[in-house]
Amino acid sequence: MQKKSLFKEFSKGIIKENPVLCLVLGTCPTLAVTTQASNAIGMGAAATIVLICSNAAISLLRKVIPGKVRIPAYITIIAGFVTMVQMLVKAFAPAIDEALGIYLPLIVVNCIILGRAEMFASKNSVIPSMVDGLGMGVGFTAAMLLMGSIREILGAGTFFGIPITSGFMDPILVFILPPGGFFVFGMLVALSSKLSGQKKTAEDISCAKCPMNKTCSKVNGEEGKCNG
Amino acid sequence: MVKQLVAVFLAAILTENYVLSKFLGICPFLGVSKKVNTALGMSAAVTFVMVLATAVTYPIYENILVPFGLEYLQTIVFILVIAGLVQLVEIILKKYMPPLYNSLGIYLPLITTNCAVLGVTMLVLEKAAQDPSYTYVTALVNAFGAGIGFLVAMVIFAGVRGRLETADIPKSLKGLPITLVSASLVSVSFLGFAGLVEGLMG
Repeated sequence: MQKKSLFKEFSKGIIKENPVLCLVLGTCPTLAVTTQASNAIGMGAAATIVLICSNAAISLLRKVIPGKVRIPAYITIIAGFVTMVQMLVKAFAPAIDEALGIYLPLIVVNCIILGRAEMFASKNSVIPSMVDGLGMGVGFTAAMLLMGSIREILGAGTFFGIPITSGFMDPILVFILPPGGFFVFGMLVALSSKLSGQKKTAEDISCAKCPMNKTCSKVNGEEGKCNG
Repeated sequence: MVKQLVAVFLAAILTENYVLSKFLGICPFLGVSKKVNTALGMSAAVTFVMVLATAVTYPIYENILVPFGLEYLQTIVFILVIAGLVQLVEIILKKYMPPLYNSLGIYLPLITTNCAVLGVTMLVLEKAAQDPSYTYVTALVNAFGAGIGFLVAMVIFAGVRGRLETADIPKSLKGLPITLVSASLVSVSFLGFAGLVEGLMG
């Protein structure tokens, strides 16, 4: 029974509550680093490690951190883990560090991580929180890999750097430029909400899960709607 | 000197637009661009915090972190400084400038976790490391330009979204997907500026 529910926590992050395609969190790195499939893997791995560690730490400290200062406390914990990952990547994978550049330290402000801390780790015990972090991280990586593959194959004619479309198709450069990122992401979100047959639109779901929901709806003057 | 500043300012707005070419600050770009006046308020607050954050973090990095060999603490120090700064600005505005607080205040909590602000403070340091003629003033101008670039992108996009409301959109594209596709088209228009600044400034 326990094993089954842990598996459920893991698998929900990949398909049902995929952080990128269903919850629409963490859009900045998703759009920025997916010009190549290999960047997507590097970014995904870094974010997954941070997610697992920060979820574990926040879950352990959830009874110690006072409610009022929880967001700054979470950000500090996350920033600590991001710094560690940054140093590890710099030491062991300098090529990935070069490719990701500024987006590696920016994992700190990635809303997937803060969102999971607020939604899950602050309410659950350590093991489920870590499994949740792993599932969300794998879902994030999978979505970025999908987007990176589409953009790399169409935009550069290569896949993980290996030329594959040189025989029959010229690369469509715009797909690896910024407009292509927005376009491919829009199409994937449309496809995912079509396939899952959700009656709700993507943004209703993302807003309920977003830690900034309250502030956002105050700004727009509408309850529970930040994106629409 | 002035020429360099103008070039940096224009480049930050047009060719290196933080939203449309660097993908920083996508959440507010998609979230608060529904109406032109909220887009303006949000961008004004972002510009203000960007300049202020750069003004504070640049000397901290150069004068505290570098001399003591603590560059690796950059991420953690910057995010805490920005979070503290935003709180401080909120308190000061509330106490001494209520009209400004009423128009900008509600946007301030959203800005702490805005990656564009953290991104600017880090990117100017990256640029300063590569180019010796890049000074504190250049960094401030760059941050201001980044904020104005954010404003331009937000206002243009708010206008485009206004048109979308009356358009007949296929069912599965409604909502977020069509917003992203229109962002893509706005971004195409900014591609046209590539090379413009270098051409103008020689």
